[in-house]
Formats: sequence, C-alpha cells, structure tokens
Amino acid sequence: MIAHLFEIVFRSLFIENLPLSFFLGMCTFLAISKTVKSAVGLGAAVLVLMTITVPVNNLILNKMLKAGALAWAGQAEIDLTFLGLLCYIGTIAAIVQILEMFLDRFSPGLYNTLGIFLPLLTVNCAILGGSLFMVERDYSLVESMAYGIGAGGGFFVAVVLLAGIREKLEYADPPAGLRGLGVTFISAGLIALAFMGLAGF
Amino acid sequence: MSLLSDLFAQLGPKFEQGGPLERWYPLYEATDSFLFHSSRVTSTAPHVRDGVDYKRIMITVIIALIPCVVMALWNTGYQANSALTQLGIPLPGGWRGQVMALVGCDPDSLLSNFIHGGLYFLPIYLVTVLVGSIWECLFNVIRGHEMSEAFLVTSLLFPLTLPATIPLWQVALGISFGVIFAKEVFGGVGRNFMNPALVSRAFIFFAYPAQISGDRVWTAVDGFTGATPIASVAAAEPGGVMTKLGFSWSQAFLGTIPGSMGETSTLACLLGVALLLVSGIASWRIMLSMALGGLAMGLLFWLWPGGDNPLMELPPHYHLVMGGFAFGLTFMATDPVSAAQTRMGQWLYGGFIGCLAITIRVANPAYPEGVMLAILLGNVLAPLLDYFVIQANIKRRAIRHG
Repeated sequence: MIAHLFEIVFRSLFIENLPLSFFLGMCTFLAISKTVKSAVGLGAAVLVLMTITVPVNNLILNKMLKAGALAWAGQAEIDLTFLGLLCYIGTIAAIVQILEMFLDRFSPGLYNTLGIFLPLLTVNCAILGGSLFMVERDYSLVESMAYGIGAGGGFFVAVVLLAGIREKLEYADPPAGLRGLGVTFISAGLIALAFMGLAGF
Repeated sequence: MSLLSDLFAQLGPKFEQGGPLERWYPLYEATDSFLFHSSRVTSTAPHVRDGVDYKRIMITVIIALIPCVVMALWNTGYQANSALTQLGIPLPGGWRGQVMALVGCDPDSLLSNFIHGGLYFLPIYLVTVLVGSIWECLFNVIRGHEMSEAFLVTSLLFPLTLPATIPLWQVALGISFGVIFAKEVFGGVGRNFMNPALVSRAFIFFAYPAQISGDRVWTAVDGFTGATPIASVAAAEPGGVMTKLGFSWSQAFLGTIPGSMGETSTLACLLGVALLLVSGIASWRIMLSMALGGLAMGLLFWLWPGGDNPLMELPPHYHLVMGGFAFGLTFMATDPVSAAQTRMGQWLYGGFIGCLAITIRVANPAYPEGVMLAILLGNVLAPLLDYFVIQANIKRRAIRHG
C-alpha cells in the first residue's frame, strides 16, 4: 500500500508532471516564474491548494455525484455525474476563499507570501486538471491525497526550475520577436525534453 | 601568408560599420580570426593581458577531443570489420565497399580499421558541420554577431555521441534543432542554458528511437545484430551476469566494445581529462563529484539485496567505463556555459548527474543509457543550484557582518 502511494506521488511529481508533460496551468506557470522567490510562493500555494482540493473533490464525487452515491440519503437511483465539472470548480473557488480568509486571520506571514497568488489559482487549469485526473483514474480517498501532494509538488518543482533558468536567461539576448514569453515557452519545452528522461520508471 | 594577411587588412574597413559590406562582417571576422590572431587592441581600461580567449579555450577542448576521435575512427572500423569477418562477408555493399576493396576488411589491420571507421564518421561529421554552420551563419549575419569557435566543439561532440549507422538526414535534423532551439534563440554561445550537442542528440533520441537505440545500430554492418554491453546486460537473466558479459573491464576501458562512436573508450576520455584539467578549462569539481556520485550509486545498487534486475549485479567500477559515462563526464557535464558556476553548486551538480545517470541506467527499464538524460536534467537544475548557493552565501555573510 505504502509502495503504491509512493508510486502515485513519484509519478505525478516527475513523470506525469502537470505543466511539463500535460502543459496544464501554463498561464501562471509562465507568468509568475520571473524570479525564484515569487515562483516558490506560487508553487507553495499550488501545493497547498491541490493537497486540499483533490481529496475534497474525491469526497464530493464519491458521496454525492456518482451513480448510487446518494444511497445514504435514501436516493440510490440518482446519478449526478453530469454536474461534476461545475461542482469541482465551485469547490476549488470556495476553498481558495476559505483558505485565504483562514490564512489572513491565523497566519498573516504565510498569507503575505501566498496572498497574491491564491486568488489567481481559482481558475488555474492545473488545479482543476488535478481533480479531473483523480476522477478519470478512479482514485480512492487516500490515493487522491497522495495524488494531490504529488501533482502540486510537481507544479512546485517545475515552476521553481523554470524560474531558476529564467533568472539565468536575464543575460540572454534572444531575437526581438522571441523576447519575453517566446523564449520562456522554448525554455519550458527544453525542460520538458529533459524531464522525458525520467519517463518509463 | 603575408600576402593573405595584407589582403585581409585591406578588406577589413569594407566590412566594418559603415562600410559597403557591413552586413557580411561576421563571415569576414570568422575567416580572419580562424586564419590569424585577432588584431584588435583595446584602447580604454581595463586591459587584461592573457593569452586565453574564447578561441584558445575552444581549440584546447578540440585538442582534448582528438583521442576520442581517433578511437571513434578505429573502433567503428574495428567493430564493422570484425562483424564482417564473423559473418564471412569479404566486403560491405555500396560505395563503402568500393573504397574498402582497396585495403580489404581486416580487423587486425590498423589502416583498414581507420579507413572503414572514417567512411562512417566523416559523412556524419561533414553533415553536422555543414548544416550547423549554415544556421550559425544565418543567425550571425542577420543579427550582426561574430561567429564563435564554440560551434566547432559542438559539431565535433555531436557526431561522437551518435551510432555509426544513423541516417544522415536525422543528423541534419538533430543538429538544426540543437543549434536553433538550444542556442541561437537565446542569443548564441554563452547565453544558452543547455548543451546544444546534447539537446540535438536527445531530440533524435526521442524522435527516432529506432535508429539510435536497439541492437542493429551499433555495428556498421547490414544484418549484424550486436547490442551494446549495457543493453546485453539488461537483457541477461538475473544471476551470473558477470560470466555472460562477454567482455572484460579492460576491454571496456580501452573501448573495443560496440557503442556510440566516440563514447566507448574511457582511456581516450582520460587523456582528454588530463588536458582539460592541466589547462584549467574544465572544472575538476564537477568531474570528481560526478565520478563519486556514479560510484556511490553503483555501489548502492550492487549491494542492494536480491532483486531481479540484472544491471544491479554490475560492480560499480564497471559502471564508470560502460556506455557514455566517461565521455559525458569529460566533455558534456563540464560545459562551462550550461554547468553550475558556483563552487558548491558544481559539487552538487556533478553529484546529482552521477547519481541520476546510474539510477536511470539501472532502474529505468525504458532507457538503456541514462548519462545524456541525466546531464540534461543537471543543466536544467544548475541555475537553481547556483541561486540557492548564492542566497545561502548572502545570508551567511549578513549574519557574520550584520
């Protein structure tokens, strides 16, 4: 069991890395990777958020939406799977808000670090993607916790690596048309090429 | 020679800024500095008197590569000639057969081996140089940069990492990708973050795996199957791998085994190491830490109890001489542009690559060889290592000096 969970974490961290192998969450991945410092903040926010939202969405799926999931309320014949997308994104938005208020009240330091990034992540496709992969792969609650940690950590690793490279690329001299986002896209592609080395484990 | 020098001195002003041929300055400058010493003198301070410039560094690396090139020529021919002898065919087919008919295919003959190897190595090298320099010229002429000697190194490293039977159009495609997307889009030499030669190889490796991995590509003879030692170990039954290895440690050290053209010989790489270290061009920290990392990881896998992975039974000192480990350690990981720059960073960078290379080789069933991929990942990680080393240093000094 532990080995299985470890495998899920490892796979989602390096092999099925959300930004580098599925190219999900590109907007924040490319926009907030100019400096390592802000990338660490963003990565931490994604990590925290995914660790919470994936298991919560798993509960919602298994206790409310799936065919027969409402048996505990005496409504075994209802199948609400078609509401899935709506529910997941709503849950993510709600959790972002709650987390923001909670951090603001109890941990101002962390709030100030993550503060700017949290609202941005409400509509981040990597976070929704994490929940949708969880649904597709039919993870149990424990598995989805592991997956949340791994997928969020994968985003963390990828964005911090890209930020390190972008700080180095301050000294680069790309052709006029490629300055800024163009060269960042190419760098992200080259990182993805290097990450293919870990595929197949 | 002085006639030529005068000619260039005369032509010079035409290419300089404001001259009629201003646009073609990079080509003039490249030819001039290839033939003669740069005549430019700095007029304002600071003046640094040092013979080591970019050109000298790159030429030293090329000299350090010569043993590997010689070994590539000989071993490619030796493997091909041995395979032909084994199959009982006197001559290979095609145009190579017509050339080889002049000397005969004899694995014991030095000349025959060199010529046969050259018939495979030179086309690949020529295509690399030709296609690569077309792109270089294009970018440099349009952007007004000077040509850099670094491409000579890239164009020599790249063919050495390829198997002899690689189709030439793939060579052209690979070097194009590497030069454009790993180097020129970032503004040329010194501004990239990944080694262009390795990116080129990785590109063909992922795009056309059939022509770059597999049994049929390592020996340049049609219809002959011979796996690299790593691949044959990986395919062996667990238990008694060492007896089935089919070659000894010293054979792998000398490099008389099948593999990519330039990477088989650890001895040739060691000669390169010696020159690079004496001239101070490559970082000994990266070399040492990568070798230690590889040894440590090899030892760990070797001592790991049980397991059905035949590669785990290889003693650690075999890992250092097999595959591209030595070649990558000498010429790829130490690339001063894409490696870590800080001292602590270099230790970590080398150790990371060494550990990861052996881990991918042993534990990852998808790829028989992990050195190239490990170095690419090391290139990706290097800026971040530098960043954290510098941050830690700033913090320490802040505490010490307030």
